[in-house]
Amino acid sequence: MNLKDLLSPFYVWQRAFEKPYTSMRPIEERPGSPSYRGFHINVADTCVGCGCCHTICQNDAIDMVPVEKYSGNKGDSGLRPRFDYGRCCWCALCVDMCTAGSLRLSNEYIWTSREPADFMFVAGVEEKHWQDNELGYRREKSYHLYPPRRIEMEMLSPDESIEGFDEVVKGYDVEQAKKEADRCIECGMCVATCPAHMDVPDYIKSIRDGDYDEGLRLMYRTNPFPATCGRICTRRCESVCPVGLQGDSIAIRWLKRHIVDQVDAKDYARILNDNIEENGKQVAVIGAGPGGLSAAYYLRKKGYEVSVYEAQDKAGGMLRYGVPGYRLPDSGLDKDINYIVSLGVEIRNNTRIGTDISFESLLNDYDAVFLSTGLSVPSSMRINGEDHPRVLSGLQVLADAASGRDPGIGNKVAVIGGGNVAMDASRVSRRLGADVTILYRRRISDMPADIEEIHEAQEEACTIVTQAIPVEIMDAPDEKQVIIKWGEAEMVQDPKGGRPRPVLQEDRMHEDTYDCIISAIGQGSNLDYLSKEVQEQLAIEWGRFTPGEYQHTSLEKVFVGGDVANRTADAISAIEDGHHAARGIDRFLRPEMYTELDQEIS
Amino acid sequence: MTQLTGHSASLDFSQPEPVDMSSGKYVKLWQGPQHPGITGNMSLELTLDGDEIIECKTHVGYLHRAFEKLMEGRNYIQNFTVVCRIAVPEPAFNEYLYAEGLEQLSGIEAPERAQWIRTLNLEMMRLASFMMWIGGQSGAFGLYTVPNWTIAYRDYVLDLFEEMTGGRIYHMYMVPGGVRFDLPKDFDKRVKEVMDGAEKLLDQVERVMYNNVVFKARSKGLGIITPEMVDPYGIVGPNARASGIKRDLRKDEPYLVYDQLDFDIISGTGADAYERAYLRLQETRQCISLIRQCMDRMPRSGPLQAEMPNVLHWKIPPGETYVKAECTRGEYGYFMVTDGTEYIRRVFVRGPSYTHAIAVMEKLAVGTNIADIAGLMVSLHTYPPEIER
Repeated sequence: MNLKDLLSPFYVWQRAFEKPYTSMRPIEERPGSPSYRGFHINVADTCVGCGCCHTICQNDAIDMVPVEKYSGNKGDSGLRPRFDYGRCCWCALCVDMCTAGSLRLSNEYIWTSREPADFMFVAGVEEKHWQDNELGYRREKSYHLYPPRRIEMEMLSPDESIEGFDEVVKGYDVEQAKKEADRCIECGMCVATCPAHMDVPDYIKSIRDGDYDEGLRLMYRTNPFPATCGRICTRRCESVCPVGLQGDSIAIRWLKRHIVDQVDAKDYARILNDNIEENGKQVAVIGAGPGGLSAAYYLRKKGYEVSVYEAQDKAGGMLRYGVPGYRLPDSGLDKDINYIVSLGVEIRNNTRIGTDISFESLLNDYDAVFLSTGLSVPSSMRINGEDHPRVLSGLQVLADAASGRDPGIGNKVAVIGGGNVAMDASRVSRRLGADVTILYRRRISDMPADIEEIHEAQEEACTIVTQAIPVEIMDAPDEKQVIIKWGEAEMVQDPKGGRPRPVLQEDRMHEDTYDCIISAIGQGSNLDYLSKEVQEQLAIEWGRFTPGEYQHTSLEKVFVGGDVANRTADAISAIEDGHHAARGIDRFLRPEMYTELDQEIS
Repeated sequence: MTQLTGHSASLDFSQPEPVDMSSGKYVKLWQGPQHPGITGNMSLELTLDGDEIIECKTHVGYLHRAFEKLMEGRNYIQNFTVVCRIAVPEPAFNEYLYAEGLEQLSGIEAPERAQWIRTLNLEMMRLASFMMWIGGQSGAFGLYTVPNWTIAYRDYVLDLFEEMTGGRIYHMYMVPGGVRFDLPKDFDKRVKEVMDGAEKLLDQVERVMYNNVVFKARSKGLGIITPEMVDPYGIVGPNARASGIKRDLRKDEPYLVYDQLDFDIISGTGADAYERAYLRLQETRQCISLIRQCMDRMPRSGPLQAEMPNVLHWKIPPGETYVKAECTRGEYGYFMVTDGTEYIRRVFVRGPSYTHAIAVMEKLAVGTNIADIAGLMVSLHTYPPEIER
C-alpha cells in the first residue's frame, strides 16, 4: 500500500467549498436552449393543411383534423395537424417537412395536466402558453427534405419563337421528368382543386416508376385531353401546390404532357383497353370542343352511340381555333381527338345546328342531347367607332392564324385586353411580323391571363401599357390605319372592399395611330340555334346556362356543359362538365344501372 | 510485456463440466436486471461457491425493442429518428453510421463543414459517455463521490448538445446528407469553458479515484483480458487497447476528418480493470483535445447539407455496405442492405457490447467474487440496448 494513495482521496474535501452544480430554480433559471425541440407551434393561418407533417411522422403522432375556420378556403384542405404527446418523440421531422413553413417547435418543455387527453392538441388553434414563444427549433432556410426548386423547362428563345408557330416549350426528357416528379409530396391538394379531379399524385408517381402506361390510364379516367391539358391547362393545381409556398410548385402540367409524349398514339388502344359494350341508345353532342368531346368519350365508353355536330370544318373548338400552335400544336390536339374518334364517336363537321339541322329534330332523333357550344361572340368595347373596319376581334385573328389565313393585321397593332386571348392575339401578331402594344385598363397583377403568358408576351417584345382605357376609335388619314383615343387611369380603392377600380383621367388623353386594333376583352355565347321557346325553357342567365347537379336542364333530354354553362370558362372545367354530363345522361337513360344506395351517396 | 497476474483467462472454449446443483454446495444468484442505471437492463445468472463465482450466464431480453425490424417498415428519413435509441448514452454514433451508410449506398457526400461538425459531435459524445462511465466505474466499487462529480459535469456537455442539436440525449442532428443546422453563435466560447472545466475535473478525479487505495485494490488484477483473447472473442476498443492491442478505427481506417486531427492511439499493458479505467481516463483527456482541435480547425462557413432527393419517396439502389466507427467501446458497425425500394431491406447493428457483455463477461466472471461483479460489468463498458437491437 502506498501512503499517497491513502491520503489522496481526502482531496474531495477541497470541493466542499465550491459552488454546487445544482440549480435551485431550474424552471426559471434554465429555459430550453434557443434551438431546443420543445412543444409544437403552428401558425395556423399560414398552414394550408397539406398533411406532410402527418405523412413524415414515424410515430403516427400527428392526425389531420378539420378546423371549421379554414374549411373551404382556396388552396387549403381545411385540416390542421393535431399532436399526440403520448406518441411524439420530438424529432421535428414534421418541422423539416412543413411546406408552408408554419410549423416549428418552442423551447418550452414543461406541461403538466391530470387529464391524459389534454396532451392531444391542435397547435395554433387551441390556445397554449408557448404559442408566442420566439425560441425553439425551426428549420434552417437552406435545409430541405425535398428539392424546392423546379427543374427548368427548356424553351425556344424569344427570338427563335417569334420566327414561326413552332411550339415554344420543348418538354421534359425522361430524366428531367423523373427529377421533377420526385419533388411531389403527394398531398392531394391538386386533386381537390382540379375541376376534373385528376389523380395527379398517382400519375406523377407513374413517372417516377417509369410506368407511362399506368400514367396514361390514370389520366384518361378523368380527362380524355391529356396531350392538350398537358400544354395549355390553366393548372389551378399548380397554384395550390404547397411545394410552391416555399419554392416552386410541381410542374404538374409539364409532367402530364411528358407522359403523353412518351406514349405512341398507336399504343393507346392497347393501354387504355376501352372495351365498349353497345347499349343501343343514341346521344347527340353539339359542339366538338373539349366539353363536347369529353362527354362523347365517356358516353361512348358506356356504350352509347354518339354523334358530335360541329359547325367548323375541324373538331377541337377553341382548342383548335382559339389556341395558337406555338402553345398547342395540332399534332397534340389531334392525338387526343383521334383516340376519341377511334372508339367510334362520329363527328359531323361543317354542320351548324339551326341552319343545317334544326335543334328540334335532334331532340326527336336522339335519346339525349348535350349542348357545349362555347363562347364564340367577341364582347363589345362599347365605345364609339368600334365598328371601324380596322378593328378586328382577337378570336378572329386567332382563328385565321390557326386556319392558315392571313388576318391582315398590318405592321403596327394595338391589342385591347389582359386575358389569355389578348396575350395569344398579341403573340400571334408578333409572329405575323407586327409591332404590338397591349392596352389594359388595370395593372399587370390584375390581368386574368396566365402569368407565364404575360411574361412570354413581354419577352417577345410586346409592349404592355397598363391603366389605359380606350375611349374612342377614329378614322385615320390613311384608310388602312385607325386612330385610337385612350386615357390614362388611376386605380381607386373600392370602398366596399372589392378589387380596385380604374378611373379615367380626363386630362391625360392620348391618340395613337395603328394599322389595326385587336379587341380581346372577353366573349359571349351565341344561342341563336335555339328557338325562343326552347331558350325560355332552358334557364339562361347572361347568355349562359345554369345547369343542375348532373349538367341537366329543365328541358328533358337536354344537358349542357363547357364555357357556355360554367363561370370558369377554361378547357379543364369544360372537360369535367362533359364527363359529369356523361354520368348524368347515363343516370337519366339507364336508371336501372344505379342502385338506391348509389343515388344516396351521390 | 508485463507478467499478467490474477485470474488469467485461458483460451479453452470447451464446455465446462455442468455444475451439480443438487450437491447443495452451490447457490444461484441473479445480478440484475434491476440495475437500470449502471449496466442497463440485463442480468447475470451467477452460480456461486461461497462468494466465488464458478459460472456466469448473461441473460438479455428485458429491453428488446426490435430496432432492426422496426427500421424495415419505416422509410429512410424516418429511421434517422429511430437509430439514436439503439445506444442511449451514445446516440451520436448510431446517427452518424446510419447517415454514413445511406450516403454511401445512395452516392451522396456530406459537405466538408458537416463532416467537421459530425466529428465534433462524436467526440463530444465520447466525452459525455466517458464522464458517465467514470462515475459508473467508481460507484460500482463503492466510491460514490466521483459519480456525483462526473455525472453532474456530463450535464454541462449535454447542455452543449442541447444548444448544438436541440436535444440533450437524442440529438437527431446528423441527418443523412449532413447535419441539420449550424453551430449556434459563440458556441466555441462555451465549448472552451466546458472543456477547461472538464480538464480540471479530470485532474481531481484522477487524484480521488485513480490514486485511491481502495479503487486500486479492487480493480487491479480484476478481469484480465489477455492479448490472446482479443481476436477470438472479438474484443475491441479500450478493452482491447488495455491489453496492448493498438487498434483504433479513427487511426486505422480514418473516417470523417480524423486524418486531419493530431492524436495517437493510447494503449496499456495491464489488461485488468484498473488499466482499462486508466486508459479511459486518458482517452477522455484526448477527447477534450480532439474537441478543441475540431473547434479550431473546422471551416468557418460552408454548406451543411448535400442536395437531397425528396425523402418521402427516396429510393436507394440495391446494394450493401458495412460502415464502422470507433465508439467509446470500440468498433461500432452498421451493415445495411438496400433493395431499390423506399425501405431498407436489412440493418444489422454490430455493437461491441454484444461480445463484451456475453462471451467475455461469462469468461471473466468465473473465479471472481460476488462483490466485484458489478465493477467488472462496468469495466467492460457495455450497453444492453445495443445487444438487443
